[in-house]
Amino acid sequence: MTRERPTTNVFLVGVGGQGIVLVSRILGELAFAAGLDVKQNEVHGLSQRGGSVTGHVRWGAEVHAPVIMEGEAHYLFALEELEALRWAHFLRPDGLALVSSQRIPPVSVTVGGESYPEDVVERLTGFGRTLAVPAYQAATELGNTRVANIVLLGAMSTECAEFSEEQWKAAVAACVPAKHRELNLKAFDRGRAAAAAAGVLPRRADA
Amino acid sequence: MLELMSGNEAIARGAWECGATFGAGYPGTPSTEILEAFAQYKGVYAEWSPNEKVGLEVAIGAAFAGARAMAVMKHVGVNVAADPLFTVSYTGTNGALVIITADDPSLHSSQNEQDNRNYAKFAKIPMLEPADSQEAKDLVLSAFEMSERYDTPVFLRMTTRICHSMGVVALGPRRAVPRRPYVKNANKNAMVPSHAYERHFALERRQTLLEAESETFAGNRIEMRSLQVGVVTSGISYQNVREALPEFSTLKIAMTYPLPHQLIRNFASQVNKLYVVEENRPFLEEEILATGIAVEGKQQLLRVGELSASALRRRILHRDSAQQPAVEGLPKRAPQFCPGCLHRGIFFLLAKRKYIVTGDIGCYGLAALPPYNAMDSLICMGAGLTMAHGFDKVVTRSGNPTTEDTEGNKSPGSATTTGPLSSASSVVGKPPAERVVGVVGDSTFFHSGLTGVANTVFNRGVSTFLILDNRITAMTGHQPDPATGLAIDRKPAPRIDIEAACRALGVRRVFRVNAFDLPGMDKLLEAETATAEPSVIIVEGPCIFTDRDSRQPTFLVDQARCVKCRGCFRLGCPAITIEDGEVRIIADLCWGCGLCAQVCPKKAISQAQPEAKP
Ligand SMILES: Cc1ncc(C[n+]2csc(CCOP(=O)(O)OP(=O)(O)O)c2C)c(N)n1
Repeated sequence: MTRERPTTNVFLVGVGGQGIVLVSRILGELAFAAGLDVKQNEVHGLSQRGGSVTGHVRWGAEVHAPVIMEGEAHYLFALEELEALRWAHFLRPDGLALVSSQRIPPVSVTVGGESYPEDVVERLTGFGRTLAVPAYQAATELGNTRVANIVLLGAMSTECAEFSEEQWKAAVAACVPAKHRELNLKAFDRGRAAAAAAGVLPRRADA
Repeated sequence: MLELMSGNEAIARGAWECGATFGAGYPGTPSTEILEAFAQYKGVYAEWSPNEKVGLEVAIGAAFAGARAMAVMKHVGVNVAADPLFTVSYTGTNGALVIITADDPSLHSSQNEQDNRNYAKFAKIPMLEPADSQEAKDLVLSAFEMSERYDTPVFLRMTTRICHSMGVVALGPRRAVPRRPYVKNANKNAMVPSHAYERHFALERRQTLLEAESETFAGNRIEMRSLQVGVVTSGISYQNVREALPEFSTLKIAMTYPLPHQLIRNFASQVNKLYVVEENRPFLEEEILATGIAVEGKQQLLRVGELSASALRRRILHRDSAQQPAVEGLPKRAPQFCPGCLHRGIFFLLAKRKYIVTGDIGCYGLAALPPYNAMDSLICMGAGLTMAHGFDKVVTRSGNPTTEDTEGNKSPGSATTTGPLSSASSVVGKPPAERVVGVVGDSTFFHSGLTGVANTVFNRGVSTFLILDNRITAMTGHQPDPATGLAIDRKPAPRIDIEAACRALGVRRVFRVNAFDLPGMDKLLEAETATAEPSVIIVEGPCIFTDRDSRQPTFLVDQARCVKCRGCFRLGCPAITIEDGEVRIIADLCWGCGLCAQVCPKKAISQAQPEAKP
């Protein structure tokens, strides 16, 4: 382990059932396989049933707390737009928001009469650089919407130079069941292509 | 070898490495994965008991028999197991007995935030507390050794963030530990009053030895940095202090009870200012203050919820780590019943009927939230049934207080005038707002529902009980229970029939109904809440997680017929949404349960024809 290596913080958010836990595990495995210290926290229990869920992954020379401080996330990994906005304040000013262009209206919107926020991507650029990827659409095209999380992970890999593409793919392969390996690696590649096509929006100057 | 492990997995690993052969407990977030992981190892016996009291008692039996045994439960589980707990502290354990308690600050998945460090002090049982996965594994080893050396149960206290955080753990081999011989000794093991009196002295002698042990316990360690401020802390708070206040010296406590008072005094003398940082109750603070050491509690402003690193930095350094405030006014996203969940239909009906629903804990606890709004109370496991009986005795049918004597004379005939049969006439036609039903799930029924049913029958009650039977403990992640037909190893086990159990307890009116048959359930609700004797309605349906084959073809909305009344939204189904002004069903999520088609007043929802398989 390199002592000087600063800690990298990835804050993952989404809706219960979208696969936040799997992505946390892949990121943990990625850093662990690279010989780094890792702490990773995930949510179990009730909120997994369609509630707002978060996950934390931190790696570096020596990591203490498993939970990221507000304003300290290098990456905000968001599988849903409203959840991205809800947790945007965890992002560092020089951080990157990765957001899947998917909107899942909660009950408070469908029944409760509240409104789903507009212009999420635009608002996210007020917190940091932003990369919006049509991950859900890409997953649909691959025939399994459950891999939207891996599409977004592929997009993240293009913006995280700490690990090589081979390291990323090895971590994905290690964490998914063998029978779904090929599909997940395809989804990962789709994410890489989608990131290149979408491009990173800069943080708004007025923010 | 190194491995990335959760705190829970590390505990299981540690128990296995140090030769533990026995584990029992009851599921409960955040502790559940400990026993699940332990059961995977070779050479051990593990079981899910019906509740924590049973789990602890079988573990005591195993320890008496000479094994290294552990009992595993969440914080509120210790309340259920408290009865044997206080007395096994007197008897000691012969073999080793480690009790894992997992507390849940911030109530990620619990009904309260109780601080179980108080149980250690209350029952005079030593307590160890790890701060990460590696230490969790190390302290399990210490706990088993301490238990044998001092002939005492030992607590290992976890909290949610330690349980569910992954960290790097160094693995070791398993050590074979021979079973300690069992020797009959009623003076020590059978706590009749005279024996227990003597054992209370033994407990006090042990306490003195444990106080000395704490002073030299390796996990209690001073780490000197700045001489300005020293922080006494433990568990997850230690990690948050290191993160938010990296300059401060720390005394990290791993043995939280009894505390190393000399060591604390020694640490205090080396720094200008002494703080305590701990979550929840001021347990360390009060203990330290009681010995006359001046210490400043840093959590006074935060007795509720977790004490995160962000919060610590704000409170102690008056610095916000966030550069911008959180976006305000966003719509909340509460958890919901899954698409296809068996709990949806019955609560839809209960809300419509406006009954008083004394509820319980399980996935169905979500019925207390919008859009279901169909559960009046939720206290603890089992209370769904027992509280209905209490409610009934007061507001509705049995024990009708019309015979009340304002002079205070006892009525010799009260037993006959308030029995279920005599109150029959007062039942029919009750307004819905006075009809009460009690609700539990199948796992909760076996945990602490049986005694509630017995109580109602025995006391001439008339309550209507709903047992929501998905044949699994769903909420905590699908552990088998006595209704499942599988044991913890997922191999076949006898299935206990809930209907037969209720009949054996003396309930004559027991019904089974399909959870997706709205008219059938509605009829039963109407009839049974108007009946002057106890009834049990077993609502049956699979959990979609454990029965993937239960999925049916998706339902679709006919836009030409839909008038957008949003009636189907009352079902609170994540698969039903509104997009571009149209009500739609997300085929990806729809489980094909068909409740939406049953509630649509315009018959606008129907099932898609299954596609012919190519
Ligand atoms: C004393 C106690 N032990 C454990 C728990 C955790 N817990 C809450 S509900 C529940 C059981 C849920 O199973 P069931 O009643 O079958 O309902 P389901 O979730 O399957 O709908 C458990 C284990 C608790 N809250 N209290």
